[in-house]
Amino acid sequence: MAFMRKTKQFNWNRKHLLGLRELSAEEITYILDTATGFEQVSTRSVKKAPPLRGKVVVNLFFEDSTRTRNSFTLAANRLSADVIEFTQKSSSVSKGETLLDTARNLEAMGIDIVVIRHNAGGAARFLSRNIQAAVVNAGDGFCEHPTQGLLDVYTIRKIRGSLEGLKIAIVGDIAHSRVARSDMWAMTKLGAEVTFVGPPTLMPSQVSKLPVKVSYSLDEVIEKVDVINMLRIQFERLGGNPFPSIREYSRYFGLTVERMQKAKPDILVMHPGPINRGLEMESEVADGKNSVILEQVKNGLAVRMAVLFLVNQAAMVTKEK
Amino acid sequence: MWKNKTMDTELLIKNGRVIDPANNIDKVCDVLIADGKIAEVGKIEKQVPNVIDATGKLVTPGLIDIHVHFREPGDEEEETIASGSAAAVAAGYTSVVCMPNTKPVIETETDVEYVHRKARQARKTHVYTMGAITKGLEGVELAEMGFMSEAGAVGFTDDGHGVQDPSVMLRALKYASMFNVFIAQHCQDDRIAGNGVMNAGYYSTILGLPGMDPLAEEAMLWRDIQLVKKLPEQKVRYHAQHISTAGSVELIRVAKKDSLPVTCEVTPHHLLLTEENCSEYDTNYKMNPPLRTKKDAEALKQAIADGLVDALVTDHAPHLQSEKELEFLTAPFGIVGLECALALFVKALIEPGILDWPRLISLLTDKPAKVIGIDKGTLGIGKQADIAIINPETKYKIDINTFVSKSKNCPYHGWKVKGKVEKTIVQGEIRYAS
Repeated sequence: MAFMRKTKQFNWNRKHLLGLRELSAEEITYILDTATGFEQVSTRSVKKAPPLRGKVVVNLFFEDSTRTRNSFTLAANRLSADVIEFTQKSSSVSKGETLLDTARNLEAMGIDIVVIRHNAGGAARFLSRNIQAAVVNAGDGFCEHPTQGLLDVYTIRKIRGSLEGLKIAIVGDIAHSRVARSDMWAMTKLGAEVTFVGPPTLMPSQVSKLPVKVSYSLDEVIEKVDVINMLRIQFERLGGNPFPSIREYSRYFGLTVERMQKAKPDILVMHPGPINRGLEMESEVADGKNSVILEQVKNGLAVRMAVLFLVNQAAMVTKEK
Repeated sequence: MWKNKTMDTELLIKNGRVIDPANNIDKVCDVLIADGKIAEVGKIEKQVPNVIDATGKLVTPGLIDIHVHFREPGDEEEETIASGSAAAVAAGYTSVVCMPNTKPVIETETDVEYVHRKARQARKTHVYTMGAITKGLEGVELAEMGFMSEAGAVGFTDDGHGVQDPSVMLRALKYASMFNVFIAQHCQDDRIAGNGVMNAGYYSTILGLPGMDPLAEEAMLWRDIQLVKKLPEQKVRYHAQHISTAGSVELIRVAKKDSLPVTCEVTPHHLLLTEENCSEYDTNYKMNPPLRTKKDAEALKQAIADGLVDALVTDHAPHLQSEKELEFLTAPFGIVGLECALALFVKALIEPGILDWPRLISLLTDKPAKVIGIDKGTLGIGKQADIAIINPETKYKIDINTFVSKSKNCPYHGWKVKGKVEKTIVQGEIRYAS
């Protein structure tokens, strides 16, 4: 492809992107390189490339999402695919159609790629085993959000050249965060040192078995890190009362202007969005000079184009076989 | 009760290895059945018209499973008392105990009688039932345990739920002791377990699924043992259902050392499978209590070796394929277990040398009979002739398509196993022959 940067010869053969846990560092790098090639499509006056012409992409979203869904839609459009939007609130007690039936029905209409967001961990993997179309995970429960993980490492790599040796803190509700998990897999595979920061009540089970460090003190960590990714407090996922009040949470884990004084001057401040301003992050920090939050959003488009492009390519190869 | 055909006639089982743990018998000899009862065990020269040659086979008391779900009334599309009973005899089980979490819940004497009537109509295996401890399994008000035990309920449990409120549990233990029936608990503190769908640990973390901490089971078991301790003057009998963690094993160990009236049971899946099996989100590995770690499975095996376990059970839990074809988060808990149970226990306990045959058979016959308080599980003279004839050498592949059970939700499909039931005799009548 003309718009693709020259990369090492690499044979991408995954028809589905379900998570970053199973990807090798080479595969992740290959996606990032492919995304670099796609980035300039968005800068042209005619913002379109042809590789998915005649293909149908379904956005199968069972959870609220604005930016991820729009980003996938735009990415598919830029690659000239037709896009079907399917949005439905899922619920474990819902008497409606099962996920499998929904997907099989869509498949009967001749779709090529399913982009799925679902509240159940493993939903994308489950779908990939049961339908013929390529499956891209746009977030499954608190398991993974691979394109977010990819766009995060893409953003860091673009600014810093490489993740090798970087120290990265991921702060907040780790237990319920698919972003934290996808980031962890991608960042550590690319050579960064990741620290999960948050109260013990928001850490997942046996976090010590994960390839990360754990800290309960943002003040101790902030001085040392090159990148800080502030997770959104997801009120809809929090069970019980993992911290006594928002006030107290912000006191210990909020990224304030004051706390930023201790950080390295060139620290990158990230957030997967949408931001609860004043809660996990003060507005001045969110909009400040270290913030790369909008850069993340921009890069998300290129990364999703690359992912759709690659899974489609692999799917066509599989079909030929 | 009407008489069946073979009741009047005699049946002689020749030359098998007769294992009757309750009577300390393990020798090659013959068993004579007359009028549906055990007439004689030993070298028998008598000529009778009906003879089974059991050379090379094991002749044991019929197996007893004190933890099954036959789904009737309410979910007959998954299993009925008839289909479950047929699956039971095909697996050597001559007595089973149904759990009361049906729709409606078994919580009155009429409900108990309904189960018994359906079982009589099915005429396969003996079917017992437990009643609910609390109305609607809600953990609030005691159900009519007196009437239910008069109707034949062998014990009480809110299985599927633990009784959360300690004061309700204390009352249940006291009240049940009046009828000399046992109280069984599905140990799970809901506040700790939360909305978990698998064991809380490394795998729940990387799979992004809500976990149930082992503490949910252990905290309730610990609490219950304290309650039992407080009631020394009552004839309390407490039974911990399907224990699954190393911590629970230690609690049972101490309780037994203190000679408390505490018994427990273990399933084959908690011996053979672990949380790692959930890695591919296959809902056939979703059960409650959840599959734990290798360390827990080893602790359970050690408990069995140490004689701390009173019964091996299947927790046979049928579900429709369409229900199991859901996301792991939403699919129901449980697997069917009757029809491969014996072979799985052989794999888990005999093949690694943890138990010999007599000890295994004991945990499947006289010991569970003692837990629920029925006069079964032995080949004693005059006892009902419930017998399993087992070929311990038969090698086969588990195939869910051969299951008699209406449901096929089973993770063992394709496993190569050894040990198969060839004939099942209930009250002197051959109810299953392979």
